[in-house]
Amino acid sequence: MKLNKNITEKNSIFKNWMVILAAILFIILPFIINAYWVDVLFFFGIYALLGLSLNIVLGEVGLFDLGHIGFMAIGAYTTAILNATFGIPIIILLPVSAIAAGAFAWLVCSPIIHLRGDYLCIVTIGMGEIVRLTLNNNPFGITGGPNGVFGIDFPSLGSIFVVDNSTKFYYFIWLIVGLTIIGLVNLQRSRIGRAWNCIREDEIAAEATGIDVRYYKLLAFVLGAGLAGVAGNVYATKLMMVSPESFNFMESCMLFCIVLIGGMGSIPGVLIGAAAISLFPEFFRTFAQYRMLIFGAAMVAMMVFKPGGIWPRKRGAVKFKSLLMKAGDENG
Amino acid sequence: MKIILEQLLNGLTIGSFYALIALGYSMVYGVMKLINFAHGDLFALGSYLGYTLLVFGSTYVTVTFGIWGGMIAAMLIAAIGIGIAGTLIERIAYRPIYSVGRLPAVVSALGASIVIQNGIMVAWGPRPQAYPSQVVPSIMLNIGEFKITLLQVIILLISFMLMGLLYYIVQKTTFGAAIRACALDRDTAALMGINIETIIFFIFALGPALGGMSGVMVGMYYRKISFIMGWNYGLKAFTATILGGIGNIPGAMLGGLLLGVLEMLGSAYISTAYKDVFVFLVLILVLIFRPRGLLGEKVAEKV
Repeated sequence: MKLNKNITEKNSIFKNWMVILAAILFIILPFIINAYWVDVLFFFGIYALLGLSLNIVLGEVGLFDLGHIGFMAIGAYTTAILNATFGIPIIILLPVSAIAAGAFAWLVCSPIIHLRGDYLCIVTIGMGEIVRLTLNNNPFGITGGPNGVFGIDFPSLGSIFVVDNSTKFYYFIWLIVGLTIIGLVNLQRSRIGRAWNCIREDEIAAEATGIDVRYYKLLAFVLGAGLAGVAGNVYATKLMMVSPESFNFMESCMLFCIVLIGGMGSIPGVLIGAAAISLFPEFFRTFAQYRMLIFGAAMVAMMVFKPGGIWPRKRGAVKFKSLLMKAGDENG
Repeated sequence: MKIILEQLLNGLTIGSFYALIALGYSMVYGVMKLINFAHGDLFALGSYLGYTLLVFGSTYVTVTFGIWGGMIAAMLIAAIGIGIAGTLIERIAYRPIYSVGRLPAVVSALGASIVIQNGIMVAWGPRPQAYPSQVVPSIMLNIGEFKITLLQVIILLISFMLMGLLYYIVQKTTFGAAIRACALDRDTAALMGINIETIIFFIFALGPALGGMSGVMVGMYYRKISFIMGWNYGLKAFTATILGGIGNIPGAMLGGLLLGVLEMLGSAYISTAYKDVFVFLVLILVLIFRPRGLLGEKVAEKV
């Protein structure tokens, strides 16, 4: 018993050290690498945030969402239009885009939330495509059609903290990702997180135990969409423009792959998946036109050799063991 | 009235392309419960194979078989080639991961799709290619007061023949009964002495072969083909599959034809720019009220 306890404690300390080391590495990294790679790591951050947001829907609840990029588009366009047309500061628009994307998700997902598996999948694809095509068609002359919206400000807090270069953007996105991870880790351990996992494992059993399946599914969609909206906001301010082509079906598929390559419902897994998707094409830039060919083959190989993902989530085993031991200690 | 009829006919032509591709999705889904995302790109590959046969091989193919024979030969060779490609993908990308659930196969399929798409780009170049203009002599037929091109007649004939053939195989033959048994319950079918391997091989050869033929016909009809067109047609055909009820052969045909007609009528009477929005809206509305698609049967949830 004692031996076991030592091992689990050692494990958690080891894990904490890993997290702290990773955080330090991320803080000092921009001083080591050049601006190009800082930008690459910024987009890694965007993909990580999007991956985390899809992970809520796909990883935690097991809902097939292949139109997730549509929520990001809503966030990005909310920011772009409100900032470029009405001059509202970006930092205010950050929560506004999250709320807009979340509200949109609630609106479109309410009538379709009862669909199962592949039917939900195709409806979310359709939803994502409708968003993209509508933006492309310039409704009421506000989205700028295929050209998109230009002239978006940098995020700023007063006139001192202006996020206006690659390094600052890098810290900005990773600060958001860091906060999101802390929030999601807590969420995983909460009543909501357990209800989500229960629905994923067996929907009927979940319903039978009194979980409001419809409510929790919608909650997952709204939260996921809100986070994607935040990612859209940062993405829009970084590029200073948005256009519909950034939000195509292929991107939704890539997000899907991020979650599955990393491991369903696993937060470190999502980070690894995001790294694989965003960094891999950069490392293989020398192969030019064969780059995506290799990328696709790598995706197949990855799934064939490691179908559960790189870092699959181990569910509460350690925690359970320590609880048992506590009970054992009290008794003996 | 005349215009509506002509639009309906155009819609049926496009719909028959969708239906042929949708059949591939539906058959694979029915037996394997797998969405073959690489299917759309196999269709594009078929289109490019047909292109090569008709352009570069024209001296051999057309001279040997004549104009009509050349067209048929191009379609058959494309079908065989894509059938082989389909079974190869099944062997490499899907077979090793059947046992571990459905989601890894989705990523694997997307990876295969990227490989095919970029393979086409590397092999044929990133620019769109044009089919030869006179594969079929451009003759306008006047039936009563409305006009139809010879090409459309041929496309509709071939498509309906292929669909009829497939329907016959699946619904009337013993082999078709074996396929349907697999779709119902694979384990029990295996216990009854059905060779699952053969069925899977057949499914992954026939579905993509139909898609490949459809690719050649799309090339002849629109004349412009590009390496990314697989996604677009694949997505539409997948929509058609779901619309008709996934895993259901007549449903896929009906869904495809309906989708083509809806798209044509939408672009003719509502707005060209919003035709795809219209199609997806109809799909979502259908699924809200009939969650299993038009012809899909309601399956009771197992506890």
